This record gives sequence, C-alpha cells and structure tokens, in this order.
Amino acid sequence: MTKKQHDTPNLDQLESGPWPSFVTGFKRLAQDKPMMADLLGQLEHSYQNIKGYWKGGTVTVRGYGGGIIPRFSEVADKFPESSEFHTLRVMPAPGMHYDTELLRALCDVWDEHGSGLLALHGQSGDMMFQGCKSENIQAAFDAINELGFDLGGAGPSVRTSMSCVGAARCEHSCFNEAVAHRQVMNSFTDDLHRPALPYKFKFKFSGCPNDCMNSIQRSDMAVIGTWRDDIRIKQDEVRKFVMDKGRDYVQENVISRCPTQCMKLTKDDTLEIDNSNCVRCMHCINVMTKALSPGLDRGVTILVGGKRTLKIGDLFGTVLVPFRKLETQQDYEELVELAETIIDFWAENGLEHERLGETIERIGLTNFLEGIGVEVEPAMVAQPRSNSYARMDAWEEEAEKWRKRQAGKQGA
Amino acid sequence: MSDQYREAVESGVPDPFQYMHPVMRRNYGQWDWHERCRPGVLHHRSVNGDSIWTVRAGTQRQMDTGTIRKLCAIADEYGESHVRFTIRSNIEFMVSDEARVVPLIDKLNDEGFPVGGTGNSVSMISHTQGFLHCDIPATDASGVVKALMDELYEEFVNERMPNRVHISTSCCQINCGGQADIAINIQHTKPPMINHDLVANICERPSVVARCPVAAIRPAIVNGKPSLEVDERKCICCGACYPPCPPMQINDPVNSKLAIWIGGKNSNARSKPSFMKLVAAGLPNKPPRWPEVSALVKKILKCYQEDARDWERVGEWVERIGWPRFFEKTGLPFTRFHVDNWKGAKYTLNHSTHIRF
Ligand code: SF4
Ligand code: SF4
Ligand code: SF4
Ligand code: SF4
Repeated sequence: MTKKQHDTPNLDQLESGPWPSFVTGFKRLAQDKPMMADLLGQLEHSYQNIKGYWKGGTVTVRGYGGGIIPRFSEVADKFPESSEFHTLRVMPAPGMHYDTELLRALCDVWDEHGSGLLALHGQSGDMMFQGCKSENIQAAFDAINELGFDLGGAGPSVRTSMSCVGAARCEHSCFNEAVAHRQVMNSFTDDLHRPALPYKFKFKFSGCPNDCMNSIQRSDMAVIGTWRDDIRIKQDEVRKFVMDKGRDYVQENVISRCPTQCMKLTKDDTLEIDNSNCVRCMHCINVMTKALSPGLDRGVTILVGGKRTLKIGDLFGTVLVPFRKLETQQDYEELVELAETIIDFWAENGLEHERLGETIERIGLTNFLEGIGVEVEPAMVAQPRSNSYARMDAWEEEAEKWRKRQAGKQGA
Repeated sequence: MSDQYREAVESGVPDPFQYMHPVMRRNYGQWDWHERCRPGVLHHRSVNGDSIWTVRAGTQRQMDTGTIRKLCAIADEYGESHVRFTIRSNIEFMVSDEARVVPLIDKLNDEGFPVGGTGNSVSMISHTQGFLHCDIPATDASGVVKALMDELYEEFVNERMPNRVHISTSCCQINCGGQADIAINIQHTKPPMINHDLVANICERPSVVARCPVAAIRPAIVNGKPSLEVDERKCICCGACYPPCPPMQINDPVNSKLAIWIGGKNSNARSKPSFMKLVAAGLPNKPPRWPEVSALVKKILKCYQEDARDWERVGEWVERIGWPRFFEKTGLPFTRFHVDNWKGAKYTLNHSTHIRF
C-alpha cells in the first residue's frame, strides 16, 4: 500500500554529499510503510518550523514498567499515521557483537511489527527500535524476546550498560568486561525493568584507563581495568621502534609526555620505567603498542558519581575503590554486592530525580562512604582539604582507624 | 499469537560469545599487539599467533532495515559474517583472512560507506535524537550529523589530525551527546511559555519546581487557578521543566542558537579526563545544513591541526598554548559569557601571573 508521499524539500537536501544519508533510508521505508511516510512529513514540518512535536506518555509491555520510550505526536492531525512513534530500547550483547543471521532476524521482526527504522546504537547503549504503535508494542517485544533479547532501561531505574570491545580484541584489556557486564547487569533486572529508584543509574565497563566507554563522565558506577605490577617491556621492540622513529621522536612523544616523568630512554635505546610512580595513564602503551603492555597483576578501579549536565552540572566519577581483583566468581559477587549496597543507600537517601553523584555532592563523600561502609583512602582525593573551617576533634580516633588498617594490611 | 499471554523472559544482557567472530572468541583476553595498516583498518595479533583484521566504516546510525540487510550481505560475501558496532555508530567487519581486506573496503566504498574513523581521524559524531524522537529538541540531530560529516568526510577517511578527534552534538542543554573534543550544543534562548490552562490539570507542581536547576519556578495562582510562574531573569532556558510538565512550552521556532564547546576528554592518557569549555555561542540554527556551524568547526580543526603536537588532544593543545592564544588564533570573540558563574566557578579563574604575551 503506497501512501501519498509528503514533499520534503529540506530533507531532500540531506540526500546529497558523501556521508550515508538517513533520509534516503527513510524514503525507502516510506514506500511501503504509511507510518514512515507521515514521519518524514512531520520531520520536514519540524525542519520548516524549527520546532519539535513529540510528547511523552505511558506505554509498557506486560510485567515491565520501563524499556519503552513513548512518543505521541502533537501534529497528529496533519500526520496521522505517525501519531504514535514509540521506541523499544533493547540491550545488545556486551561489546555490541552480531552475526548476520541475528541482524537479519532482528530486521525481520522490525519489518513485521514496526517502522523498519533501527538505530545502532543510542547514546544509552541500546538498540533503538524506533517507530512502533502502542497496539504493536507487545508483539514486537515478544518477538525480540524470543530471539534472546530483553528490554533496556528507561526512567528512574538501572539503565542499559555498555562495555568496550576489550578482551575480545584489544590487547590493553585488564579484565573480562563481558562477564563483569553480564554478572552485574543481570543481577539488577528487576531494578532495570521496574523503575523505582530516585533517578537513573548507569554502569559502564572499560577494559583499561583509555576508558573508551566514557565511564568516568557518563556513569554512576565506572569499572575500569588497571594493573598493579610493572608495565611489560619488550626491549627488542623498543629498539626497533627507536630505530624506526628516531630518538627525538621517542623523547618528544613518549618520554616527555609521561604525566609523572617516570620514563627514561637509555643510551642503548632501551626504556626504563619507575613503575612506583606510573599512574597507569596508558599513553606510552598507546604509542608503542608492540613494545609495551599493561602488567599481569590486573584488576579494576571503581569510580562513582559521574553524570551529564542535568541538574547541577556535569560531574566526574570519584575513585571509590583504587584497586580490586576481578577474576574469581567470588570477586564478581563482591562487585555485585558493592553495587547493591550503593544503590540501596542511594535509593534510601537520594532525592527525587537526583543522580548518585549529586547525592554525594550534597551530603559529602565521607558521609557517603560511612553510609556504604567503605573507609577513606588518599587515592580518593586529588589533594587534601585546603579550607580550615572544619571540626576535627575526633582526630585521634580517626587516625587510630588508619593505623589499624595499615597494620592489618602489613599483617596480611 | 493467540489470546494466550506470553510471559516475558527476563533474560537481561545476552551472552556475546555466541555472536563473536570465532578468532576473537578463541583468543579472548590473549591479544598481544595491534597496528593500523591504513586508515579504517586495524590488525590485531594474539599471543597464539592468530591475526584478525578489522575494517571500520561509518553509518548513518538511524538505519532502515534495507541498509542493515545490505551491510549483512556485504559481511557475508566480503567479510566473515561477524560484525560489531562502536560507541560512535561505526560498523566493524572482522576477518581472519587478510586477502579479504581490500575487496571489502572497495565494496564498502562502492556502496557508499566511508572506511575510516580509526586512530588520529575525526570519527563519527556521537549522535542524539533531535526532531526525530525527543520531546525537547531545539534542533535536529540526524541532520546536523549528516551535514557535518559530509563536510568532515576527508578527515574521517584520513588520519591526519594530531590525535583522535571526538565530536558530539546535542539538541538541548541536557547534552546527551556528551563530552567531546568539540561539542556542538543547541540552546533555547527564551524561557518557556506557560500554558496556564493546562498546568492545573496535568502537572504535579512540586516536582516541576524541584526539577529546575536554578530555582526559577514558583507555584502561583493565575486566573484563580493553581499554576506556575518563571522568574525570567533567573531562567537559563534549559527545558528541563518540559518533560514533567508539558504546559511549560520550551519548544519555540525562533529562539534557539548553537554553541560550540571544546576540550572534553574521557581518556586518562597523559592528562586526567576533562570537561569541555565554551568557545562560541550565538550561531544560527539553520536547517537543513547549518553552514555557520560547519564553518566554525572546520576552522577550529584547522588551527588544531596546524598548531598541536602529535598526540595532543584538542583540550591538551589549548592547555599548552593558553586560552588567550586560542581566541587569537581562531579569531573568536571572548565575552562575559565565557566566564563561569556556576558552582565551583572560582576554580576556573586565573589566580597567578602566568600570562603569555
Ligand atoms: S577501554 Fe581500553 S581495553 Fe577497552 S577497548 Fe578501549 S583501549 Fe581497549
Ligand atoms: S602509563 Fe603513563 S604514567 Fe605510566 S609510564 Fe606510561 S606514560 Fe608514564
Ligand atoms: S540532547 Fe536534549 S533534545 Fe537532544 S536527545 Fe538529549 S534530551 Fe533530547
Ligand atoms: S527552562 Fe530550565 S531554567 Fe527555565 S524554568 Fe524551566 S527548568 Fe528552570
């Protein structure tokens, strides 16, 4: 059933140029989908008037409270077929791996039940099946669910997570991102599907401090791979690199860029690293991919409280756990327990629509730590307090705690 | 399906190993090094001696199923039927046979998919929703991305920047696009118009009041009915009150402008992660191609390309040369809006005699 196509003079201009055009794809869909014909009409209307015309609402699947982003058109009188244009957020596999059979099966579902417009992927890390009528949502979900996929988060809930390609293909990876991602997320399916938290809560997993998932800036709990022992050096590869690029290049681009000045290029073209002063920034390893690699005593650093602008401005995550191993089943369970403790504390103490980082900002890091039972460590701060307006009469008590912990560490 | 209800299987996140290229599965966690053979191609070698080549191509992100099926056909015929996507909506084809790389690239180019986005290139722009799907967009997202990527195409398929460049766009100040080396963010420039007749019926007023980042909303009685009022001198026109209260009409055809922010960095390499800083605002919101925006982005990129040292990200480059020089080199005006007045603003001022002349 071909429907009358709307004139789209603005959008037409986005069909030219070398980058793949979404408009061309939309037009193909509009040939057999009246919904997409009217969607194009509404989009053109937005381009002409420089105004958006969607509003939210409530649409869910049976048994779930979230996962669907409802969209109702404010100009449905002009474009009736796209009056409902909801999105199903669906969680991909960690690392966003697909084979062609799976992708085709997902396309089949979407051609049958939806608009045929699929965004890979949204900023949330979901596959976004965009354009579904309320009446088709359940059938679309059932078919996707049959393929082994589940809805992601929306609203005040645990949200869809992301992890980098990591161990699947990247030599920098310091932990098993895919396993950590699934163990954590699949322990929170209830909080994911039934929004009942103060606001959203995001986990992200990056295999090394390059943090390809932007986890420090974009997640409430960032799990980032790192190592404690020495950077591994293949000195023969170092020599080859120096031979190829020259000593000046190595001096200027590796040695002098080290943030803690802990590297040295020796007279015989080998590298020396003062590992006790290396902050695991990854720069030298990124430049000399064949000669340098992370050490072997690997684990993760955990930061909490990162988020985007709404409401008090952007926040970085703050170090909560400088290092912990993530190898055994028990390690994963402890990671899940830590996440549960944090979420429980925040669910209890967070204000409505307040992200974890905002709660921490409001109550102070030390109160947060006390609430979740984690001791302070110097790695949590960039520097100690510089404002003298503070009460410190319990100093001796606190100092004693530190001494005890240090003694415990030495005993262990 | 009959009237029998199907119970949802709360399967959560699926297992990736079933979809992963077999060479990646076999060498999981055992990769040794990688090299970039040419823009858009990565070669990874494992400690077991296995190799995998990755060919990365740009997509439009908002794809019709026809485009996805086309990519699948390419993966079946020229690749090895396994693909993945990057955080910036690039598709990656993995092959264990090096001989497939060049024909695969040729095919992708023939079909209109640019191969690149690796190393020190300008990768695909991180993409938001815009007019297509969000409820508070002041502009589109897919169109802005398409228009800009057309202009930056050569920088996607080449690796000739000092370091990688991540660009994001956002269609409101919530900034879903995220931190980036260069971020293009729209701003509404007028406080919301309140439809008082509707507030009383629709809105839970305390939660709308609480939503405002600058406490500009007060409960009020208008025409004898409970409503809200906005202190227009305080309001920063962010639109955050609209989703909980649609009568706070923020969407407006005339009053919106684009701003450019630079120097966001998520990686810990060399310097600590950083947030982006405002460099320009007041750019016209002109669909379908936003020419003033592309022109300024290209100008900033050119200055960066000419002046930054190898491996310096945009923010690190400006950190080294200083902000006065950045404004001098780009010819951008420095205004009172560049001086932060949000919480923590005092830490962004210069408390020293460190000044370059
Ligand atoms: S975060 Fe590190 S391990 Fe993960 S893909 Fe990026 S560089 Fe590789
Ligand atoms: S990882 Fe960073 S801090 Fe450590 S030696 Fe290399 S450049 Fe220096
Ligand atoms: S940036 Fe704003 S308008 Fe754009 S998708 Fe995000 S919330 Fe919506
Ligand atoms: S637009 Fe933003 S600043 Fe203005 S009243 Fe609404 S929430 Fe407050």
